[in-house]
Amino acid sequence: MDQDLLAFIHRVERAETIETLFDCVKDIRRIFGVNHAIYHSIQWHGETFALATYSAEWHEYYGGEQLYLIDPVVINAFKRFHPYNWKSLDWDTRKGRKLLQDAITMGVGNQGLSFPIRGPNGELALFSVSHNADDETWQKFIEDHRADLMLIGYFFHKAARRLVISRDLGDPVALSPREMETLTLLALGLNRATIAQNLQISEHTLRGYIESSRIKLSANNTTHAVSSAMARGLISL
Amino acid sequence: MLTYLYADQLAQQTKLHNSMFTDRAWQFRQRLKWDVDVDATGFERDEYDDMNPLYAIWRKPDGTHGGSMRAMPTSGRCMVNEHFSNVAGRKISDPKIWESTRFCLSPDLGEQAGRISAALMLAGCEIGIGMGLDRAVGVFDPRMVRIYRRLGWPPEILGTTGAGRDKIYVGLWDFSQTVRHRLAQNAGVSPQISTLWFERAFGGVKTIAA
Repeated sequence: MDQDLLAFIHRVERAETIETLFDCVKDIRRIFGVNHAIYHSIQWHGETFALATYSAEWHEYYGGEQLYLIDPVVINAFKRFHPYNWKSLDWDTRKGRKLLQDAITMGVGNQGLSFPIRGPNGELALFSVSHNADDETWQKFIEDHRADLMLIGYFFHKAARRLVISRDLGDPVALSPREMETLTLLALGLNRATIAQNLQISEHTLRGYIESSRIKLSANNTTHAVSSAMARGLISL
Repeated sequence: MLTYLYADQLAQQTKLHNSMFTDRAWQFRQRLKWDVDVDATGFERDEYDDMNPLYAIWRKPDGTHGGSMRAMPTSGRCMVNEHFSNVAGRKISDPKIWESTRFCLSPDLGEQAGRISAALMLAGCEIGIGMGLDRAVGVFDPRMVRIYRRLGWPPEILGTTGAGRDKIYVGLWDFSQTVRHRLAQNAGVSPQISTLWFERAFGGVKTIAA
């Protein structure tokens, strides 16, 4: 399993699009022999999204009824960071019991295991697998596979961060130290003459730095270049 | 007894909550003279306490705080990466490494202090084994190096900075059943009881009425 796990994680790390990442999520079913797998960003800097193998029927029903608002699996992930068996959660409410019953009817399964993921910027995500099994079999499954799934959830999140951030902002950009200084001083509202003086370079050279950073950032003008550099975290005030 | 509570759960237990944050102010501000914030109510709290961390707490028979530590995963926001990556020499982001911080004892434990320190480390070991983690990471001072060694669970030192009293270390702990049993013995707690306390917090399978 170790070699396979490593190979799978490498695949996740190499995923170049959300679609190829989704293929990896789908493969969890085959590799671990479970009904379903889902990676779900639940608190994120942009729009949240889910990569799930559930049926279209379940997807529609769950989203349409806004069941994530009452789903103990999701609610728990906002507050906890240890892996949890779905049966350790509190389903004993009218809505909870109905959700569970519907999940079983629509093929999600009667068992589940979730891994909350806390990211370095305070974002939250959730990786879960679900299946049909008796309690004893599921407990054995958890003991056998929890460690590997925990690691996989982390790498799904890392890939999702990389893919979504690069999709939102375009390709990664590297600015030279001089370009970063120039943009930082522009962001502070200094005029070009003062900046050139500060950096002890001619205004002509300064124009060169502004122009090169503008091109690297695919920006239309200086203001756009400054705001784009800030959004990417290349400069800060 | 040992109890494991996330911040939102601890907030429900006023006596335990208040005594813990008061004891932390006493230990870190008064006794160790760390540069920590103490609020108007006399609580020592930092920004990580607001991120709903997990606390392992020794609860005294009267329901107040005997000792505690705070656990957070290193994949998310945490102290070792945001304040001490210079000591470790790198950032540690690993789903199977959680950090342990704010190791604190109540001031009036007397000769129980050693036993309760061992119990808190036992709690750390229970979390590691129970959650399927590889290691714990922590930041500590020279005084703690001796304590960890005496209690039978010395960390592997990853990096250090400063000198004399201001010296601080970042270290890693491995989890094992051997360590768990040793700590349980030093804490005067049977390993079975310790498992029971852990299970009570993190739950087995609940029966769901159809």
